[in-house]
Amino acid sequence: MLELTEARVSDSRLPPPFGLQIERDRSVHFTFDGRSFTGLEGDSIASALAANDQWLLSRSFKYHRPRGFLTLAGQDANTLVQLPANPNALADVVPITEGLKVSPQNFSGTLERDRGALIGRLARFLPVAFYYKAFFRPRGIWQLWARFFRKRAGLGVIDESFEPVRYTQTHRHCDILIVGGGPAGLASSLEAASTGADVLLVDENVSLGGALNYGEFGDPSGPEASRRAELISAVNASKRIETLTGAICNGWFADNWIPVIQGHALIKVRARKVIFCTGSLEQPAIFRNNDLPGIFLSSAVLRLMHLYGVRPGRRGVIVSGNWEGYRTALALCRAGVGVVGIVDLRARPQAGHPLIDQVMQCGLPIWFEHGVDQAIASRDQNHVAAIDIGELDCGAVDRRSLSRLHCDFVVMAVGYVPTYQLAAQAGGKLSYDDAYAIFSIDQLPDNCLIAGSVNGFWDIDDVISDGVRAAREALPHQKFTGEVEPSRAKDEAINFPWPIFTHSKGKEFVDFDEDLQIADIVNATRDGYEHIQLVKRYSTAGMGPSQGRHSALTVARLVADATGKSVADTGVTTARPPFAAEQLAHTAGRGFFLARRSSIHHRHLELGAVMLQAGAWLRPAFYGEVSDRSACIRAEMQHVRQSVGLIDVSTLGGIEVRGPDAAEFLNRIYTGGFKKQPVGKARYALLINEAGVVVDDGVACRLHANHYYVTATTGGVDAVYRNMLKWNAQWRLNLDIANVTSAYCAINIAGPDARAVLSRVVDDVALDEANFPYMGVRTGHLGGIPIRLIRVGFVGELGFELHGPHQFGEAIWDQLMAAGKDTDIQPFGVEAQRGLRLEKGHIIVGQDTDAMSNPFEVQMDWALSRKKPFFVGHRTLQELEKQPLGRVLVGFEIKDAGQPIPLESHLVLDGEAMIGRVTSCILSPTLNTIIGLAYVKADHAELGGSLTIKVDGGHRIAAEVVPMPFYDPKNQRQVSE
Amino acid sequence: MKQLLCPLNGLRNISEFLYGGEVHEPSDPRNSSASDWAEHVFFDKNPAGLVLEWWCHRPTSYWFIAERNTITDEVLRTLPSSEIFSDRVEFSARIDGGAGV
Repeated sequence: MLELTEARVSDSRLPPPFGLQIERDRSVHFTFDGRSFTGLEGDSIASALAANDQWLLSRSFKYHRPRGFLTLAGQDANTLVQLPANPNALADVVPITEGLKVSPQNFSGTLERDRGALIGRLARFLPVAFYYKAFFRPRGIWQLWARFFRKRAGLGVIDESFEPVRYTQTHRHCDILIVGGGPAGLASSLEAASTGADVLLVDENVSLGGALNYGEFGDPSGPEASRRAELISAVNASKRIETLTGAICNGWFADNWIPVIQGHALIKVRARKVIFCTGSLEQPAIFRNNDLPGIFLSSAVLRLMHLYGVRPGRRGVIVSGNWEGYRTALALCRAGVGVVGIVDLRARPQAGHPLIDQVMQCGLPIWFEHGVDQAIASRDQNHVAAIDIGELDCGAVDRRSLSRLHCDFVVMAVGYVPTYQLAAQAGGKLSYDDAYAIFSIDQLPDNCLIAGSVNGFWDIDDVISDGVRAAREALPHQKFTGEVEPSRAKDEAINFPWPIFTHSKGKEFVDFDEDLQIADIVNATRDGYEHIQLVKRYSTAGMGPSQGRHSALTVARLVADATGKSVADTGVTTARPPFAAEQLAHTAGRGFFLARRSSIHHRHLELGAVMLQAGAWLRPAFYGEVSDRSACIRAEMQHVRQSVGLIDVSTLGGIEVRGPDAAEFLNRIYTGGFKKQPVGKARYALLINEAGVVVDDGVACRLHANHYYVTATTGGVDAVYRNMLKWNAQWRLNLDIANVTSAYCAINIAGPDARAVLSRVVDDVALDEANFPYMGVRTGHLGGIPIRLIRVGFVGELGFELHGPHQFGEAIWDQLMAAGKDTDIQPFGVEAQRGLRLEKGHIIVGQDTDAMSNPFEVQMDWALSRKKPFFVGHRTLQELEKQPLGRVLVGFEIKDAGQPIPLESHLVLDGEAMIGRVTSCILSPTLNTIIGLAYVKADHAELGGSLTIKVDGGHRIAAEVVPMPFYDPKNQRQVSE
Repeated sequence: MKQLLCPLNGLRNISEFLYGGEVHEPSDPRNSSASDWAEHVFFDKNPAGLVLEWWCHRPTSYWFIAERNTITDEVLRTLPSSEIFSDRVEFSARIDGGAGV
């Protein structure tokens, strides 16, 4: 007998109709472990290797045991192989392609003779939670051990030289998403589509059909060929159904937001309703050496024969706890594959069963009420060669009754777990039916349904009816004709309650990914970890690549048994997304840097600007070489002080406030008074929140009695605008508020020659001091372009802000540059502007204020109107004013310009005590000293007082508190005739 | 990703919205004690159950109100703010107590 197994069949292909998925006249050549193989178009790596009698695919994670496929459905980690560009490919999913190089993983030496397998002999020295127990002492030792273990445990290797591939992300909306294209999914799709609903049908396999492609539903001639063809062609013909095959729904997120991965694409699906027709996962029986290659699930054997036309071996033993095993045995007989007999875990039914008769007619022996003691390996240790069976006594094998069945494959048919993962993520609860030893799902939210075997239906007619039922429930407002009522008569128990056979020598694998045996799970509970979540974390059960798909049920049963609880109370661990492995490229997508550019952007680039990011905007930091940064900024500042400069301030926020209540509204929003503001005047506008914190500032220009144009900071305008809208949603004042920031370009022209330059290009506005004083606002034209002019003094020189339609940005800029040519007009950037305003002592909200700064601290009491009945934050200020001031923003000066320049957030010290921090500081080119702003405790704010600032490197520098502004304290520069 | 029904723009992804805090009872800033005012400014009720919240649809800057169950995270309804704030709010001309800011 043993010789037969050693020889193993070479011509393994079965005749049609077996081999639904393969094309027999198209050979595909590939290599595995350096050897050449030939498969057929349509083969997966695993099926092609099986056809070549190569059953050994990998070595296990911990004990390096030989492993082949278990499920042939991409659901177990045993089939993970190395592809050139994919370190962990599932050999039973990935199709072979011409020239594909496949390498096995996780062995040292050769796959056939893995030196690492010796570790299996040490198994009794590697108890559950071995890592936790062994490698935590002395402190730090794990770091050393980790290197060793990472290498031992390594799966695939990343090819760092691979060619990058573009992955895509798309969105898809649908009425009904149906997950799973088996009989339930197909029927459900057709029913939903018949109402005109937009249906998206997703299936992870290469073609639709699910179990219809390989399942044995009692028809003696094999799978439901006619029914499959009928359903699939109807689905393909429907214009309302879009089908995605080879696509995995990898999770469920709120409001039916579902990632579907198909090849290099991530499709973000939003569905009104989802119907999970995800089917069920068959479960292994647990006995000694149940992991040997050649021991398969019954569904794997049926898939191998029906999809790929490959025989699983020559002589098989069926271990069965349900009728599925009988149907598989009949299919094997039909295919001409030898079957030794059926080991039925159940007692012979008194009433008999037609399948028993059919099997007997084929001449197969049946051993009722027998269990498996162990599987025996072939001489090379790499395949199953026999199993020992014996009579069952109270669920355990009576070892006095053992007999050995020689075989070259074993089929396990002991039950299923519904593929509950997605439904559970959607909120479905898993309960366990003790009578039928099976999990079921209920309590799904209204927008999710389940149908088919995941819903506990096994008869093919019931599965299809249940699909129709689910579609109807998903579309409650549609009218349907005829009744559908899938029967839930559970005369056929699909699950055997205890297919678990403990052996004194162990190696009964519960979790194939992590090489966990019965004792590991039981001992975890004995070590005190009784809760299923703790068992998982302590033993690592379910933490491998297959995420407990084939271990959760057994672990739950073992833990329930060991702790004396019911399986229902024990439950399973949380099934979080992703359902299957996903590549980083799927979720990483492409990087976006959202940048807003002013309409003058290209002029800045032409002038050699170095751009910086200010909020979402790109702004010129300065003009010139990065290496000359300081010199450039200094020169720009001096130029503004001495002649004239211009800066693009288009990024400043602009808000139009229009309507009879415009002045009343500003009065409530800002701290100052606006009701008596004359038309043609601008006023400083300070914004605080209800907690009294300074949040923004700008100027409010009154263009008409009922029309204000308000500026806000670059980074703050969106929030200011939203805030205004929110307040007026409550106040209901009669006005309109519009954010016109991007509708306007804006340029500030500043310096002693500003008026002279401007007068050459402005057509219709008198610019002289008498007609257009400081803080005046005018409208007019510049070279025919309508503009708003504001006399401002942010940088401390005679200055005008010009606001015009954004599309004329370059035209206005060009005209100013041309008009200023003989006065050597020069652009200046944000850095120079920050320096200039600091010399003038103007604060920048957000830089010189923080989340606690109130107007008193920043010495802006002058901006608070004391006559108004109300403004936002007013009441809080009343309370703050009663309290002593905690800190004050003061100006400081470091006379010795040779000292290091303090940076933002450098500390201000009093001895060793921290009394404040710097917010802004520069070496002033105008004053030739270091000036800055700093928060200090109120008792250190006295003018003339000395401060100590701790700069980089710990150096301490002496500074003096000085009056502000540092430059032009009498405001003479802003006014000139 | 969750969705929210904007009364102006329809059902949109939650990433398009900005949370604006609980809807507070209108308070009279002039006639509230310091502690009442602090309560108003700094504290939310944060009930386990139904709560009215401000939400803003950012692309359109549209503020509206949602009624949400904080236990189930279910939004029961959304409504234009005018359904709750229907009247023009006035503040009288003079602050009680007078002095100060």
